[in-house]
Amino acid sequence: MEVEKLEPVVQAEKIAPSFLEEAKRRSGEDLSLCYQCLKCTAGCPTAPYMDIRPNNVIRMIQMGRKEAVLGSSAIWLCVSCETCGTRCPNEIDIGVLMDALREMAIEEGIPAKEKNIHLLHEAFVESIKRGGRVHEATMLIDYKLRSRDFMTDLIPGMMLFLKGKIPLLPSFVKGREEIKRIFERCKK
Amino acid sequence: MKFSYFPGCTDHSTSVEYGQSTLAIFKTLGVELVEIEDWNCCGAAATHSINHLLALCLPARNISKAQSAQAGPLVVPCAGCFNMLKRTQYALKNDEAKRKEVEEIVGFTYQPSFEILALMDVIVNRIGLEKVREKVKRPLTRLKPACYYGCALVRHPKVTQLDDPENPQYLDRLMKALGAQPVEWSYKIDCCGADLALTYSNVVKKLVGRIVSMAKEGGAQCIVTSCGLCQANLEMRQEIGLPIFYFTELMGVAFAVEKRETWWKKHMISPKGLLESLGLA
Repeated sequence: MEVEKLEPVVQAEKIAPSFLEEAKRRSGEDLSLCYQCLKCTAGCPTAPYMDIRPNNVIRMIQMGRKEAVLGSSAIWLCVSCETCGTRCPNEIDIGVLMDALREMAIEEGIPAKEKNIHLLHEAFVESIKRGGRVHEATMLIDYKLRSRDFMTDLIPGMMLFLKGKIPLLPSFVKGREEIKRIFERCKK
Repeated sequence: MKFSYFPGCTDHSTSVEYGQSTLAIFKTLGVELVEIEDWNCCGAAATHSINHLLALCLPARNISKAQSAQAGPLVVPCAGCFNMLKRTQYALKNDEAKRKEVEEIVGFTYQPSFEILALMDVIVNRIGLEKVREKVKRPLTRLKPACYYGCALVRHPKVTQLDDPENPQYLDRLMKALGAQPVEWSYKIDCCGADLALTYSNVVKKLVGRIVSMAKEGGAQCIVTSCGLCQANLEMRQEIGLPIFYFTELMGVAFAVEKRETWWKKHMISPKGLLESLGLA
């Protein structure tokens, strides 16, 4: 007689038990202290737009849900306003945690769920690399080329340009070699 | 009295009127600002979002240059730059391994006694409101500003060490010293959405809309800021036409400094009408 086999109905998510320790080490924050009071999420200006809210990010780290956290929109929609960390009764600096999670996602090659936000950060940092100071005009063109989003926000950009607030000529530092060396040493 | 001065990248671009008004009022106050030689970008939120070490080393190069200039504590007008420099100072002070790494990369020795201060802090607590009152030629009587601090000046308080993080008062006290009547309101530390303006302007419009309408509901005729990004977002993403000043511009009005009309040309919402209606043009 053939034995009947039971197959799993849902595929279990891959769990990374070391994720909590890794996130603690990278951020320097004691994430085990969180007791889900939700103060972070209540004060977060971008939480309504996130796929996972800040309090859930911490809970999911505790559960080892690495792929879900590093692949979330939440880590990219955080604007580092630090309202969460300021109000956390357990002094967890969630803004610093978000920075660490973004770095981990980049290192692991997990594509940013909010691609354009990541591309804007990259265009900004590249602009500093070129001249030691940000040059808005070339930085914005670089971002537009990277994101291929040419139409968004043209009017505010033009308004700033017409007010003389987006200079065409960049103001570079003299110590370009020093800046280059710092970038080399901080390369990921 | 003199200070080392970090103008920041937007001094040449989106917040040119902030820099101009800062230099003008310091001239009136008789306090010298010595620009850091060959300063570089602080890195801004973009850098600490994707490269933590770089976000410490870029500000550290400026700290290094300001330390060796020996021109006094470092003063930073832009709230965003201030926050980046203070984050680096916090790491240099509290994380020995990081300090050694940053010192080695940038090539300097950090002096723990070296101070980094926000422009607002310097005016209120170092130069002092007594001195400010002395220089007021045209008190801002009848002007009702909403003082907006935003994020980067007051948070995280362990890093910025400036004022109360939930209900800061420095700017309100400064406005009172100029003769103005700052309004009570609940949105003085709420985030404007920062650089999401470039990727999701609808989110910034919603956040700014709430801040601006709450200021108006509180009885404000204008909002006063100390951050280039907040100023640009508040001015460009609102729909009710409330003028947005840098606090140094209102000091310039009260001190009756010359050429202040050139600042208004840089504004998307001209504050001229408001100033004229109060006899302050």
